[in-house]
Amino acid sequence: MKITLGAVSRPLESLKIKTGDWGTEYPVIIEENCKGCGDCVVYCPDLCIELVEVGKDEKGKVRKVAKVNYDYCKGCGTCSVVCKHEAIKMEIKELYRG
Amino acid sequence: MTLFVAKKNGGVFILLEVRFHGRGGQGVVTSADVLAVAAFKEGFYTLSFPTFGAEKRGTPVASFLRISDKPVVLRDEIYEPDYVVILDPTVMESVNVVSGLKDGGFVVANYPREKELEDKLGVKVFAINATKLAMEYLGRPITNTVMVGAFAGITGIVKLDTLKETIMEWFSKKGEEIAKKNADLVENAYKTLEKRRDEVKKLGLKMPFEVKV
Amino acid sequence: MMKVVRGFYAVAYSVKLCRPDVICAYPITPQSEIVENIAQMYANGELGNCEYITAESEFGAASILVGASATGARTYTATCSQGLILMSEVLWNAAGMRLPIVLTIANRSLSAPLSIWNDHQDSMAMRDAGIIQMYVENNQEVHDMMPQAFKIAENHKVMLPMMVCMDGYKLTHAYEPVDLLNQEMVDEFLPPYDPPVKMTTKDPYTFGSYATPASYMEFRAAVYNAMERSKKIIEDVYKEWAEVSGRNWGGHIVAENCEDADVCVMAMGSLVGLVREVVKELRGEGKKVGFIKIRTFRPFPAEEIAKAVDNCQKIIVFERSLSMGSDAPVTLDVKSAIHKKAIDVYSPVVGLGGRDVPHKLVKSTIEEVIENKAKPGTYFKGLKDYEEVIV
Repeated sequence: MKITLGAVSRPLESLKIKTGDWGTEYPVIIEENCKGCGDCVVYCPDLCIELVEVGKDEKGKVRKVAKVNYDYCKGCGTCSVVCKHEAIKMEIKELYRG
Repeated sequence: MTLFVAKKNGGVFILLEVRFHGRGGQGVVTSADVLAVAAFKEGFYTLSFPTFGAEKRGTPVASFLRISDKPVVLRDEIYEPDYVVILDPTVMESVNVVSGLKDGGFVVANYPREKELEDKLGVKVFAINATKLAMEYLGRPITNTVMVGAFAGITGIVKLDTLKETIMEWFSKKGEEIAKKNADLVENAYKTLEKRRDEVKKLGLKMPFEVKV
Repeated sequence: MMKVVRGFYAVAYSVKLCRPDVICAYPITPQSEIVENIAQMYANGELGNCEYITAESEFGAASILVGASATGARTYTATCSQGLILMSEVLWNAAGMRLPIVLTIANRSLSAPLSIWNDHQDSMAMRDAGIIQMYVENNQEVHDMMPQAFKIAENHKVMLPMMVCMDGYKLTHAYEPVDLLNQEMVDEFLPPYDPPVKMTTKDPYTFGSYATPASYMEFRAAVYNAMERSKKIIEDVYKEWAEVSGRNWGGHIVAENCEDADVCVMAMGSLVGLVREVVKELRGEGKKVGFIKIRTFRPFPAEEIAKAVDNCQKIIVFERSLSMGSDAPVTLDVKSAIHKKAIDVYSPVVGLGGRDVPHKLVKSTIEEVIENKAKPGTYFKGLKDYEEVIV
């Protein structure tokens, strides 16, 4: 095996570990309810929600909604608790539904 | 089935080794511990201990249980288990859960589809949908009590009454209601798997304490 | 009463029965649950008049205990790893001030790299401080050791801090049956602490005051001699415990089947059970192997070891720590103990940073020595081939 002198490692090493399979539940974004306020982005402890453009609203302004990176989401449910617009609901993974 | 019985039947030395796999937060460590306490009540010497990947929820975790009619002195990890208990249906993606499983041994797993898992692991599996049951009874996906009940049910390693008593004591700190829910959950899982004990014999697999006279 | 309990509870419960006056600690994995359990007992009012003080660091915790001990209080703390190293300045002081603070060490590796797992590098780093050190093999032994530790440390001929070392996780987090002591028995065995000197606000003293070259050496010699004297006291306390408890854990060492052995195998801590079992197996296979469990590490039982290995040609010391640039710590002492004898010493270093030491590894390591396939000296077992690269 290779070890580095001084146990030095580069940043973002942890991205190699996909933690998306850790959770029992996962968040589902209900796009029509999402106002793009970004609360979930701020609160996500694993930094795996971002706002993405989904076109323009009727006034022609760019519309953004939350998008979850399921590679790393551990299904903690914090986002669904902090969402003020009922735009995130937690669903149990298929494997656990039986 | 007790120490006394084993001694009476020629003093056959028993050392039973069980390995538990799951993820942090599911109660992998507690599973082995509860069984260690319950088996002690049945007259055996026991030892249980954990190993962690990292101390956080979700990371793969294993714990170990030894049951014997003599004080347990071996403290190394269990490489050749008699039985394996799996608390999480996805942990086998990153961990070789059946590594070293002894001939005649089997797996008791939290998995919705038994046959599918058997094909995946290549060994006999007794499956129970523990996450679903835990959500029903406890409202949380903590699968340890189900799996303790299931494992004890299929192997008869401890009696149901002993196990329920242990569970009640274990969860007493969390209040009677939670303790009772867990005890009910254990009973459900125990009885579900107890019905399948015949299959173990039919398939030529081994039960824990069969004593050759 | 036999009960299946966790290692840290076995310690906490035993400490409670010793009626300490002041406990001060800072949490660190895998020691935390020991002091959490004690804190719980304190909150429940089970500790009588004992003061439980939470400190801002291990340095603070040890400092508070030095002060408390100087006032004549029976004092206790638990720590490990970085916490023990952070305490080290204070603990050297405690030894020099002759304060009988008792510590439980939940042995854990040292950084870097960061690791929370078990080996003996933390307590070994405190080897020369003037602190009595003993290592336990299971949770019954650590439960039994706490009253003995107070009795040894507080003996007027000793007056030194004492560390009871238990392997982190392997013991602290293990559930196993422990025959829990009762208060009457501990009270009878362990009298209240009778400090030879204590300070109060009305009767103040300076502890560990300044010593010039004209007297420093005598003070240090006195610590050295107290450590030497403690050998006899420790042995007496071990014996007394065997009588009152009915559990005989042996003396400074426990030698088994060494009289006719060609190879003597030594181990310390939680590895003892496994190594002893493997030696028994090898005996069963007709190999002339003996086993020595080292209980007391400081003071080092050199005479006892020299006597026990008198007839052997080879010694194997299973090491759980390193001394960078020399042989591993236990080996150094063993070699010094047998320096006049023509015995080869093999020092397999195993299980650093919590790496498991499997039955197979122990057996093959001993067999290699028996079959002349190993070279004397310090070497690693269970080590992967590695290449060191620049990131």
